[in-house]
Amino acid sequence: MRLELRESPPIWLAGLAPVLAVAAALVLCAGLIVWTGESVLEAYALLVKGAVGSRFALAETLTRATPLILTGLAAAVAFRAKLWNIGGEGQLYMGALAATWLGTGALDLPAFLLIPLLLVAGALAGGSVLIVPALIKNKLRVDEVVTTLLLNFIILLFVNYLLEGPLKDPMSLGWPQAAPIVDEGILPKILAKSRLHLGFVIAIVAAIAIWLVMRFTVWGYEIKAVGLNARGSAFAGINVNGTIIRTALISGGLAGMAGVGEVIGLKGYLTLDLSPGFGYTGIAVAMLAQLHPIGVVVSAFFLAGIYVGADSMGRAVNIPTYLADVLVASSVLAVLVSVMLVRFRIRRG
Amino acid sequence: MTAVLRLENITKRFGSLVANDSVSLSLARGEVLALLGENGAGKTTLMNILFGHYVADEGRVEVEGKPLLPGAPHAAIAAGVGMVHQHFTLADNLTVLDNVVLGTESLWRPWQNRAAARNRLDTMSSEFGLTVDPDARVGDLSVGERQRVEILKALYRDARILIMDEPTAVLTPQETEVLFDTLRRLVERGLSIIFISHKLNEILAISDRVMVLRRGKIVHEMPTSGADRHILAEAMVGHTVTRPKAESMVSGAPVLAMQDVSLRAPTSGVALDHVNLVVHAHEVVGIAGVSGNGQVQLAELISGLCRAESGSMTLFGETIANPTPAKVVKLGVGRIPEDRHAEGVIGEMSIWENMISEDLRALPISRRGLIDHAAARARTEAQIERFDVRCPGPDAETRLLSGGNMQKLILARALSREPGLVLANQPARGLDEGAIAYVHGQLLAARERGAGVLLITEDLEELLALSDRVAVIYQGRLSATLDAKTVTPRQLGLMMAGHDPSEEQTGSGGAAA
Repeated sequence: MRLELRESPPIWLAGLAPVLAVAAALVLCAGLIVWTGESVLEAYALLVKGAVGSRFALAETLTRATPLILTGLAAAVAFRAKLWNIGGEGQLYMGALAATWLGTGALDLPAFLLIPLLLVAGALAGGSVLIVPALIKNKLRVDEVVTTLLLNFIILLFVNYLLEGPLKDPMSLGWPQAAPIVDEGILPKILAKSRLHLGFVIAIVAAIAIWLVMRFTVWGYEIKAVGLNARGSAFAGINVNGTIIRTALISGGLAGMAGVGEVIGLKGYLTLDLSPGFGYTGIAVAMLAQLHPIGVVVSAFFLAGIYVGADSMGRAVNIPTYLADVLVASSVLAVLVSVMLVRFRIRRG
Repeated sequence: MTAVLRLENITKRFGSLVANDSVSLSLARGEVLALLGENGAGKTTLMNILFGHYVADEGRVEVEGKPLLPGAPHAAIAAGVGMVHQHFTLADNLTVLDNVVLGTESLWRPWQNRAAARNRLDTMSSEFGLTVDPDARVGDLSVGERQRVEILKALYRDARILIMDEPTAVLTPQETEVLFDTLRRLVERGLSIIFISHKLNEILAISDRVMVLRRGKIVHEMPTSGADRHILAEAMVGHTVTRPKAESMVSGAPVLAMQDVSLRAPTSGVALDHVNLVVHAHEVVGIAGVSGNGQVQLAELISGLCRAESGSMTLFGETIANPTPAKVVKLGVGRIPEDRHAEGVIGEMSIWENMISEDLRALPISRRGLIDHAAARARTEAQIERFDVRCPGPDAETRLLSGGNMQKLILARALSREPGLVLANQPARGLDEGAIAYVHGQLLAARERGAGVLLITEDLEELLALSDRVAVIYQGRLSATLDAKTVTPRQLGLMMAGHDPSEEQTGSGGAAA
């Protein structure tokens, strides 16, 4: 058996493949549901209902999708340049930390100034933590998968220390959490009686902005070119190291903004459980979207729906909510296989 | 004569492409059959079917009258078929003996019988005149020696039929002579050889019979004694193609001057050692040499990809201390890289994106960081037209272009800005006759227009056809330049192997080192 490159993959196949892949993942996970003894159709119906079945459910899904869009964009941009940023989680917490530092009373500004300032500060904080691995990669050829991944743990422990020490809110009755964000720094809700906040709009705008950058600008061209063929890019006169640094700033900045959004939009204060792995899930979001910025919005919505829906399903029937993780993982795997099958055809001999 | 090998009606399709169309051939004992054809004619596909890398869609292969199991290299080896690939398949970190034995012994055997293997290798070496030290590390051997190891590997597996895929591509003329002596000796001892090449003079020198493949079909078959260059060239291309030749011209002011340039290679390999070189307007300076003697560093230096550690480089009278690709392009250097796929283009980007890659940050292609798609497309369409790039359109993926059309795209990008210096590194490598003639024509047109051309090539025929002056690079040292009209391929061959040219001819030319 061998793989043969298709000269030009048919368009309908490229469009249909991810849908079929997700369907395949649902069928695979049906096996697990059968194992628990519950009805497959009922379980999936409950999952869909829990994700989008009501105004409340939909608002919850969109709220959950907000940080995933941003971390998904962070991964998508970096991966385009073949900068393997696995550190989205750490960059998210750095963004949240910056928002906490400036947003808990250090600055006395009106909301229309304070909120943008917190977002920019968070983006800079997230971007600058990714600069370090990018520089080490450029200068010393150290694999950024290792450095960005390990930085996550360093940053999480650092946040943990701050929350137990210098940043600990004296009013928190001993809980490791920071002081609340001042009222001027809180993102307004955009849907009454829900948790959905302005961060969702910011995330959508970010996705459109990244799409425009990738498609119409020299920066976007350079990011793509460096990722596809760094040697050819250098030959053509593109500054490869500079492009990597620029990509790191954009990618880390997006992840940092995700952290800001969670602190000033959803929670109101920094805790250690701010993110249940949004940085890591962002990688799955980006892979599912095949690194397309607009696709990231769709796949973030899809994954958020699975998580929110599975929570609700888990309350109604006797199926562990871990099913959501299995569904997400098998969807990503199935999409990766389907992408390969679109590019190649299998032939015997 | 009995046929030791017979291929019958072999057909192999890749999608809509028919790589081999009902090809039949037979090979007699003790015969050298040359398989001639342009790149993409289907030679390598046919041999890969014979050797079991591919399975034919139709047809059968017989070795010594017995059908060969398709798709199984081990069956081909067991039947006595040996293949020497164009790109060697040796492990550099192992010794010659290890490489030869590798794969012939069962993985489950706890120990190896080294003494017997060594004896056998020694006998074979002396019998066939293939001398190599069995204990040398393959990584330390010269290219010619590595090829001998490949042949020994096949013989060690009792090959009776040897397939040589473009064996001379990496050899100096002298090494080629040695190889041909070896092949003649093998044939005397009853081996049969299929010799794949697109170099006509070599085919005429070594083969008994020649078959010409074109677009997957056998179009011509004759005894070599009845063939000559013109018949074969025409059969291979399908029509007569004449490569352009340089007409004499008075050279102008220097466009490139290198003085005492030295450079260390990043790895232990050869680099540049006190190189002096001048290229003038209206002239082609050819650099010959066996690959790996410093050509990579020379080309990278002029392309702006690295910088000299000592000495100076002057472009159009301006001394360049820290060259970058963007800087040399802006100064007026048009660059044709050695490896089209790795450096020349970004295969997964479109044709228009590749066409503008060197002008990304300049008007009219971009303004304030925004790419003007309309301008980029308009320029690409004009270039496609002017340089006759055969493609579905500016949006097609570049990797899908044929080698010749990809090279035309690179020529369009490099030459359309009318550069004062053209760096052409192996510009015709892997192209068919028609495309070679086109590339050579464009280089000569650039020279006529007033550009200086630095041509780096391993192909002496190309070198002598285009150059006004030639120099040879050997272990990072560049010889004095010689007049291309008086120098002979034999002299160049000796210099490529490291002999001192002053014993043969005195240097002539402006940039004597």
